[in-house]
Amino acid sequence: MRIMALVIRILRQIVRDKRTMALLILAPILVMTMLHLVFNGDEYTPKMGLVDLPEKIEAQLNLEHAKLEYYETEKLAENDLSGKKLDAYLMFDQTPPSVVLEGSDPNVNGAVMRWVQGALKPLQPNGGNQEIKADYLFGSGDMGQFDYFGPVLLGFFVFFFVFLIAGVSFLRERTTGTLERLLTSPLRKWEIVTGYIIGFGIFTMIQAAIIAWYTIYVLGMMMEGAFGYVLLITVLLSLTALTLGILLSSFANNELQMIQFIPIIVVPQIFFSGLFNLETISEWLSWVGPFTPLYYAAEALRNVMVRGFGWEMIYKDLLILLAFSLLFMILNIAALRRYRKI
Amino acid sequence: MNNPIVSIQHVSKNYGKHQVLNDISLEIYEGEIFGLLGPSGAGKTTLVKQLAGLEEPAQGENYIFSEKMPRLDLIKRIGYMAQSDALYTDLTAKENLEFFAALYGLSGKEKKQRMNEVMELVSLTDHLHKMVSDYSGGMKRRLSLAISLLHSPGLLILDEPTVGIDPVLRRSIWESFKRLKEKGTTILVTTHVMDEAGKCDRLGMIRDGQLIAAGTPKELMQQSGAANIEDAFLAYGGA
Ligand SMILES: Nc1ncnc2c1ncn2[C@@H]1O[C@H](COP(=O)(O)OP(=O)(O)O)[C@@H](O)[C@H]1O
Ligand SMILES: [Mg+2]
Repeated sequence: MRIMALVIRILRQIVRDKRTMALLILAPILVMTMLHLVFNGDEYTPKMGLVDLPEKIEAQLNLEHAKLEYYETEKLAENDLSGKKLDAYLMFDQTPPSVVLEGSDPNVNGAVMRWVQGALKPLQPNGGNQEIKADYLFGSGDMGQFDYFGPVLLGFFVFFFVFLIAGVSFLRERTTGTLERLLTSPLRKWEIVTGYIIGFGIFTMIQAAIIAWYTIYVLGMMMEGAFGYVLLITVLLSLTALTLGILLSSFANNELQMIQFIPIIVVPQIFFSGLFNLETISEWLSWVGPFTPLYYAAEALRNVMVRGFGWEMIYKDLLILLAFSLLFMILNIAALRRYRKI
Repeated sequence: MNNPIVSIQHVSKNYGKHQVLNDISLEIYEGEIFGLLGPSGAGKTTLVKQLAGLEEPAQGENYIFSEKMPRLDLIKRIGYMAQSDALYTDLTAKENLEFFAALYGLSGKEKKQRMNEVMELVSLTDHLHKMVSDYSGGMKRRLSLAISLLHSPGLLILDEPTVGIDPVLRRSIWESFKRLKEKGTTILVTTHVMDEAGKCDRLGMIRDGQLIAAGTPKELMQQSGAANIEDAFLAYGGA
């Protein structure tokens, strides 16, 4: 009953603040769209070289959607490749055929590899995904794509905005004296924290669903697993963002100081969440990763969205996120003791 | 007189080296309007916050309804109005009232009735649906008062309730205090306005964290041979 009163009040305040509500939903959508346009753009038409292609095989291949050049020898193709007349060439001297890429632009690499896989599909027995040997003149095939870091960004935006909005609204509760007023009512400390979690939780769930739906179904981000899992992960992540935001708001005296937490607490998490290859991070920094909630959420999201895994591969990450939230909640209740001992 | 509703026993409080309350003992009885009078910075807010359950004394004890504070079940029987308005300005007055009413377990018809009663008492019925951000200072003060009255508390603690309210409204608010008192509510008001102090049944004069005198306004004026409360305060304060 008392918690419900708190939940209703919080939802009323959020709904009334149209601008913040729009920010929470539209800003992530805008940024995801821009990233999508920048990294995926229109599908690139690769310039492909075909070296010593037997006619029998050519008949089987799916050679649409590429500009093709035919070469007698690899030497000639290589010349054109380094001269940037080609993006890549295919060699058929062994099975499966191998590909050599120019390699400096990850977007082009991605387009080439997708094309090659499509083109060679008819050659592969029972349609299986045989590994195609790829060599790079420059760069490498490990460079990121929207599909790969999209899940991380999805998690990041949910975390970022929930952290900020929940933190600021609890800060206001403190600085306007209403928190003190709540504590002269029969409301218990855990009821305050729970009310906040449910109130913002409801809103966050809607927010996360809209953003996830948009990136997956409108922008067409890779989605191999179940949408329900994506929602579950983002909701648990926003729970940690919510509880951490409320907790840290007790160390801020105004909105600006709350914003100061973003470069300290929120942004660094992105470095440990797999946006950049974890193995390339210096030893003396890499231990930080396991202490950041986004690390687990990003891993779980990628497992579901890119690798198509289910419950058994993500439940550990989910439990850890839940543990983070619980820890922050307990600390929140303890922090409220400052105002009322009982 | 009858039972003490509030009993403050040898209460001291310090913030670091700063002694804000110094061995204060005081009793407030059922059905009286007790005024805590003292200049700004005297320690009035610190003392009433303890009575509202927000802070605890460093030494000494506070008893309310004969039970030691702070206790959650006692908090329900107290109405507290803080010195600065604690309202949700992004909600309407009605939404504020609904929220606090629900916190005190009011619902349905009872809630509606109490909301109407308290808003009438502070003459804000016509502004029920206004956003609190559109309220004037005095209106916010009265809304805070209305909220503290919602759950019909037996003890009302009001920290400078009439600051920023014009004389006409101030008089009407004091009249509503009298009416509440007649219904058996015990009221503790803090004030730094001397002429307001004369309207209280009894007064406690507080200065630099010390209780310098307590009694009815008449007693205090007689004992100090002063013609008004202000002179009496100065006489007791040794200034
Ligand atoms: N949380 C606090 N920390 C340090 N000093 C405080 C705190 N609260 C009040 N004080 C000091 O205690 C004194 C009494 O304050 P207060 O009780 O608010 O006075 P009044 O309400 O009579 O104006 C003031 O000097 C004030 O600065
Ligand atoms: Mg004060």
